[in-house]
Amino acid sequence: MNHLLRSHAPISDAGWQLLDQEATERLSTALAARKLVDFSGPQGWDHSAMNLGRTSPLASAPADGVAGLQRRVLPLVEVRSDFTVSRAELRDADRGAADADLEELDQAAHQIALAENVSVFHGWPGAITGIAEASPHEQVSLGEGTDAYPRHVALAVERLLCAGIGGPYGLALGREQYRRVVETAEHGGYPLLDHLRKILDGPLVWAPGVDGGVVLSLRGGDFRFESGQDLSIGYDSHDGETVQLYLEESFGFHVATPEAAVALKP
Amino acid sequence: MGFDQYHEPPEELSAATRTFARLCASLTEEAEAIGWYEQRLAIETDPEARAVMHDAQGEEFKHFSMDLEFLLRRTPPWREIAQGILFQPGDIVEHGEEAEAEALDGGGPGAEGASEDGSLGIRSLRGASR
Repeated sequence: MNHLLRSHAPISDAGWQLLDQEATERLSTALAARKLVDFSGPQGWDHSAMNLGRTSPLASAPADGVAGLQRRVLPLVEVRSDFTVSRAELRDADRGAADADLEELDQAAHQIALAENVSVFHGWPGAITGIAEASPHEQVSLGEGTDAYPRHVALAVERLLCAGIGGPYGLALGREQYRRVVETAEHGGYPLLDHLRKILDGPLVWAPGVDGGVVLSLRGGDFRFESGQDLSIGYDSHDGETVQLYLEESFGFHVATPEAAVALKP
Repeated sequence: MGFDQYHEPPEELSAATRTFARLCASLTEEAEAIGWYEQRLAIETDPEARAVMHDAQGEEFKHFSMDLEFLLRRTPPWREIAQGILFQPGDIVEHGEEAEAEALDGGGPGAEGASEDGSLGIRSLRGASR
């Protein structure tokens, strides 16, 4: 048994399968960063830092005639979202109920996916530098109307090309901007979604938590998400009525090529 | 280049399934190569040629093992069955039957989690739609 302590929970194998499946479905829909950046790992719960290959000088050495340097690493962050499941609901699920109430799990899954998206695209002060804040390019303003979206996305792509950043490119769009895109057909009935995909030569991703959008290169090697413990459900405690569980992961994120992305302001 | 490793339309398969299929095809190719070198070594008499082929077969052993480990890591039930069979002394068939019954009749991973590390096994979602 590992640190998740799952086998201590009063949950049947079928119950765990139900919870894992529900969480996986909810998370896979909302985890936008993993659809666009390089992923490495998982390295395990005991993995604590990303190697940056960099050093810092030290003021002194422990002995004469010796030079020393200190390795710089990027510590991983942990995120955890607690939720409760009714034991009566789990018993009903074991009986074959297909409509178990897992609302708290769904909410926790959404929040932890949101945290991952925000960390990767906008950063986490003191812990992670996000793609949008690292980009040296002037931000492109999307504005209210979708008519200009193709022009703005093409401008972002052209900026990347000017910087020598090859494609294909991907676009992470915040909830509001994504909704506007999918509901819009351009003159002649051509879906805006397809037009933007053609400009990018890559995917357009629904990214809850993203403010506006981010166009980034998908060529690889520019943005690295390093997973320690990948998203997991762990057990905390229980009483006669409920089981207290949590969703958890540890990860680090490093922008190797800041100029490989352009932020789109809402 | 052919795309025979896909049994179903590739555009209907997820990126993870396409990767899985590629590694399955690679595993098959490495196993075939091991068998071919075994046959060549059985009849070759030139010592220098034998040394070259012996070294080449060692490469295929390595490739096959890496492919297999990748596939087992991505497929917990397969891994569980393999753990009951591989590197175990005794009756291979008996171990196989026991491992299969334990892995598949137990109703799935349950408290062990969907992945070896107890996680949900989501990992990269590159290639996923939306």
